[in-house]
Formats: sequence, C-alpha cells, structure tokens
Amino acid sequence: MTDAAELRRRTQEFLAAHPPATTGRLEFLRARFDAGLAWVHFPEGLGGLGAPRSLQAVVDAGLEAAGAPDNDPRRIGIGLGMAAPTILQYGTQEQKRRFLKPLWTGEEVWCQLFSEPGAGSDLAALGTRAVREGDEWVVNGQKVWTSSAHVARWAILIARTDPDVPKHRGITYFLCDMTDPGVEVRPLRQITGEAEFNEVFLTGVRIPDAHRLGEIGDGWRVAQTTLNNERVAIGGMRIPREGGMIGPVSRTWRERPELRTHDLHQRLLTLWVEAEVARLTGERLRQQLVAGQPGPEGAGMKLAFARLNQAISGLEVELRGEEGLLYDDWTMRRPEKVDFTGRDAGYRYLRSKGNSIEGGTSEVLLNIVAERVLGLPAEPRTDKDVAWKDLAR
Amino acid sequence: MTDPDLLYSEEEEALRAAVRDLLADHCDPAAVIARAESDTPHDLRLWKALTDGMGLAGLLVPEERGGQGATHREAAVVLEELGRAVAPVPYLTSAVVATEALLACDDAGDLVEELASGRRIGALAVALNVTAGGAVRTVRVEDGTLRGELTGIADAAVADVLLVPGDDGGLHAVAAAAATVTPQPSLDLTRPLATVALDGAPARRIGAAEPAVRRALCSAAGLLASEQLGLADWTLTETVRYLKDRKQFNRPVGGFQALKHRLAQLWLEVVSLRAAARAAADALATGQDTEVAVAVAQAYAAPVAVRAAEEALQLHGGIGMTWEHPVHLYLKRAKADSIAYGTAGAHRAALAELVDLQAP
Repeated sequence: MTDAAELRRRTQEFLAAHPPATTGRLEFLRARFDAGLAWVHFPEGLGGLGAPRSLQAVVDAGLEAAGAPDNDPRRIGIGLGMAAPTILQYGTQEQKRRFLKPLWTGEEVWCQLFSEPGAGSDLAALGTRAVREGDEWVVNGQKVWTSSAHVARWAILIARTDPDVPKHRGITYFLCDMTDPGVEVRPLRQITGEAEFNEVFLTGVRIPDAHRLGEIGDGWRVAQTTLNNERVAIGGMRIPREGGMIGPVSRTWRERPELRTHDLHQRLLTLWVEAEVARLTGERLRQQLVAGQPGPEGAGMKLAFARLNQAISGLEVELRGEEGLLYDDWTMRRPEKVDFTGRDAGYRYLRSKGNSIEGGTSEVLLNIVAERVLGLPAEPRTDKDVAWKDLAR
Repeated sequence: MTDPDLLYSEEEEALRAAVRDLLADHCDPAAVIARAESDTPHDLRLWKALTDGMGLAGLLVPEERGGQGATHREAAVVLEELGRAVAPVPYLTSAVVATEALLACDDAGDLVEELASGRRIGALAVALNVTAGGAVRTVRVEDGTLRGELTGIADAAVADVLLVPGDDGGLHAVAAAAATVTPQPSLDLTRPLATVALDGAPARRIGAAEPAVRRALCSAAGLLASEQLGLADWTLTETVRYLKDRKQFNRPVGGFQALKHRLAQLWLEVVSLRAAARAAADALATGQDTEVAVAVAQAYAAPVAVRAAEEALQLHGGIGMTWEHPVHLYLKRAKADSIAYGTAGAHRAALAELVDLQAP
C-alpha cells in the first residue's frame, strides 16, 4: 500500500535525482511520468502507482515547494480531464502506452469532437458518419464548440457507425489524428470577440481500427466515462473565500467608494452570501469525497456557479458606471487557454453567459437532478425505439 | 485558519436517528395541529422525553455543571430534527438561548444545571426579532424588584424562569410565577410569543446583560439555520413524495418539467443551506470565524426556508391551503424564523462590516 509517507519519500528521491533547477522542463515531466508521480491513482507503468487519488496532493505539494515545473494543466485540460480517464478505462494496452504519456506531459494536446450543429443537448442524435473500409474507418461530418482544436494533435471523437438502430446504440468512439488532411479547423468567433472554440469539418478522414476505443456500437457508454469525469473535475477543487468571480467585484467595491449606491450594496451583499455558501457547498462535497462518501451535490454545483458567475459579473459591469459602457478589446484572437476571471468585467459578463450552456445546459442539469436525485418521472421519450435514420430533424 | 468540518460524525448521525425515532412516535403532524389551538400549545410530555429521557437540554453545558459537555454541532443536529417535525418544544429558547445567556453570567448558580436537566425551562426576555448587538428593551430595577412590560417573548408561556435585562445593565432571573405572562396570538403556532408584565417582581441579578444577550443571540441565529434546514428538508421531501403520487392529466404531476425544475432548484438551495448551517454550527463549536459564519448562514437560511415552505404549499395545490394539511405549520414557522434573531437583511448589514463591504 502506498501511503502519504511513502509518496513523500518517493517525491524527495525523485527531486534529488532530477533537480528542477538543472533539468529541462520536458525532461523533468517525462521522468516524473516514468516515476509514477504524474497521477498517482493511475496504474504503475502509466504514470501512476495505483495509490488513492487523494494522495496526489502530497506529491504536488512536494514538487511545488521545490519549484518544479508543472504540465500547465489548463492548457491540456481536455486531455487530462476527459481523454485520459476514458483511455485508461477502455483503451487497449497499446493505446494506453502510446497516448497517455505525451498527453500528460503536454507534448500532445487533445480536443473533444462530440457536439454537432444538430446535436447539442441531444448529443446522442449526432450524425457524423464513420464507415468501415477494411482496417480503416472513413469519417464525414461536422463538429462544433471544439476548444483547442487549432492546437490539438489528437481528438476524442464519437461518430455514428450504424444508422439503422436507435440513436444510443449506433455510436462508436475513436481517437482521431488531427493532422489527417481531411480535418479542417475553422475558428468560431463568439460574443466576447475572440474565438476560443472552433468548428471542425471532417471530410473523408481515415482512422485505423486500432484507434477505435471500446467496442463497435458501444461509444455512448464509453462517452459517459468522458462526460462523468468532466463533472468530477469541477467538484474537486478547494477554493478560498472570495476565490471566484466575487473576488474582483469585492475588490472594486473596496477600492472605489465613489461607485457605491445603496441598491448595488444590497445586491452585492446578497451575491456575496450566495457565493460564500456555494463555496461551502463545494467544500462539503470535497470533504465527502475525501471521506469516501460522495454525495449527489456535484450535479448541482455547476448550476450554482453558472448562475452566480452571470449575476456577479453583471453586477460588476453596472457598478463600474461609465467604465461599464466600455470594453477592453474586441480583437479576434484564438486563445490557447481560457481564463474566466483574467480580463475586465465586460469580458467576464459575456463569457459567463456560456457557463449555463457548455458542459450541459442548466435546463438539462435540472432534469438530471430532478430525475436522478429526486427520483421524479423521466421526460417522455419518443425516440427510444426509433432507428436513428428515422428521427425528426 | 483550518477548514470547517462540514460533515456529520457517526455519533451525530446516531443522535439524529434517536431524535427522529422519538419524534416519529410522539410528534405526528395531526397531533401538532390539534395541540396548536389548545390551551397548551407546547408539548411538555415530548419535552420530558427529549430532556429527562435523552439529556438533550444539557448539550451545551459542561459536564461539571450538570450538562452533557457536547457542542453546538450536536445541538444543531437536534434542531434539524425538531425543525423537520415543527416540534412545539422550547428547545431553541431554553436549551440554547437561555442556557447560553446563563453560561455567560458569573452568578447564574444552579440555574445552569436546572435548565440542563430540562426540569426547569428558561426564557430570555428579549423580543424574538432582535439581532445580536441590536437594541434590547429593559425594565426598571428598584431594590431588587423589576417593573415594566416586555413583548414578543418566545415560549415564555412554558418558562419557569425568565432572564430579564434591567435598566441597570444587569441580567436578572425572575420566577415566572412572579410575573404576569400573557400569550399573544402568534403567526407561528408552534413557537408562540407572550408578553411579560413585571409589577415589583422579586429578582436576582446574575450578571451583565450585554455580553450574555449577545452570546445567546449569536448562538441562536447560528443554530436557527439548522432548524430552518430541517424545515426546508421536510417540505422538499414531502412535496417530492406527494408529486410522485398525485396524478392529473393521466400522469404524475411530478413529471411535468416546469415542476421538476422548481424542485431541482429547491434541492440545490437545500443542500447549499446544509453546508451553510454546518459551517455555522462548527464555527460556534470551535470559536473560529464565528460571526461571519453565523451571519452568512442566517442571511442565506431565512429566504430558503421560506421559499421551500411557499413552494410546498403552491405545489400541493388546494390541499396545501387546508388547515388539516401540516404544510401551513412549516410556512408559519419558516416565516417567523425569517424574522427571529434578525432578518436576512440585518445579517447582511452585519456582514458588510465584518467583511469590509461598506455601505455608501
């Protein structure tokens, strides 16, 4: 059993063998992966030690104290948070050995080819087709809302392999090479002025069958692993008081007394309380996870943060008065990573509008809470026994 | 600052189960409704079972003074369960408020032990709506006797001893028998108010009023959040149960998305309230970050508990409007609780100072 003391020892040994000051960043990260200190809950040989996930904090603290470089997790969030756990669960030995290491070191960036113009909340209705030709699959279709597609080397992709069965059953999961000549990435400019997302057109893209993840027709189940891990990642963080969107507006309030009004004061205090309670709710969820008793609260946290981010940033734009009428920069850019709080209030206000849409709309999440947590009746389903090709569109 | 412990320990869960069992046997909604209009709205048999039987009145009192030596965390669990049952017992007013006031006084004497045992019931003679640090009405002190009239005193009708702030800055213990206690028709049928008239009642000064009242009202506000959590938890659970069962248009009403979304939203607020209430109870127990944690919990809890009860009434339809259905008891308690020990607005105003978000 690998415990905290053992991990502390291994971390110090590793640092002694690879001093951060004299080791190149990439060399350091590759060696860290090989030492099993990348993600300790992964198996040995795949960057981990088969240790409890909660002990990663022990390793991270030791490395951070020594000034070690990290793998810039925000740049490779889709790889770390979504592709990796899915490859670990469903991948062949060859796939795991080929993909996990460069994914973790950031040498290969991943993106996610799931949503389509015709398949948003109803993701299982997706229409991108993959047709078998010998040892290959030929893929045609269009994906959308793909962040990092313009820098990604690989993509996790779900496509329809059997249109004659109901929609959930005819989907297969692939690992797609983004350098294939049939892949075209176009920036998708959003209301903030920048293009954080892309549209991805797939025209005759050829994927070897060896890059299929899981069984043919089992892609919907495989994709659940990807999507569930997206929500785990949201629930696991420890946030200090005033750590989120409420921080900048509280600082503005303190530093700029001339902007204060009674109406804004009441609304700010109400939101401050709600933000603090949301933080405590997340902290309680985290404590439950650490104690090995995960609660259903995770399903609700995204709902709470989406609403709060929108309300708080909206208040800040209003608080700024004349400055609230301005905007920092409308220049079209393609950022490599997203920073929700990194820019002005106007940007935060516009960007937070996406928080109740991306990763499951708030309306769909409310259905999920109502049905899975409260046990209320499911929505009527008219598509359950209908072949995908016969669905209304 | 260490993180607050927001979970329930195994002992706390065991305590919850024991209290819930007792209330299931001795505090059913029909009986509470019937009792509410009687001459004895408080259930003193239930009080005896909770105190004599289980020792719960002494949770906040150290063992050497005749209590259980537990903390606000355990008292909060008891209040959650009492809230779930809208139990008409003077637990918050005697075992929390009066007891905390006595614990802050140097000359409380045997009163602490008497209240801890539950054999005597105490009431702090401060109107239920007053916030910690707010203005407190006093009575005249003359030669060891008290003169004056106070209103809005919760559970005074069953109190054996009243703790009365005097114009000398002291807190005075008065036997209820020496005062005239008159019930006031109250919005909350299960925690009724009364006026206290003192006409030369003999009294004993037990300590300074200001720190005692402040400590009592701070604990009260913090632990009230757990009672409000209990109210909200019951109303949500009961409404979900009813809407799975109730059919209109040939389907369960709970299957309509408009209602599912309202209930899911309410669930999110109730689990959030649980975190806030646990944080306040833990802060009161450890003495860390107490004022902020209490103000946050109370600013959040009051509107959530009221909304949960209002939603329960609306979503029950016509049956929710009847005297026979218990949801009105929860609405009345939740609405009264939203004023008790300071409104949400009063606690937000306190926070403005505490976290330096000053008014214009």
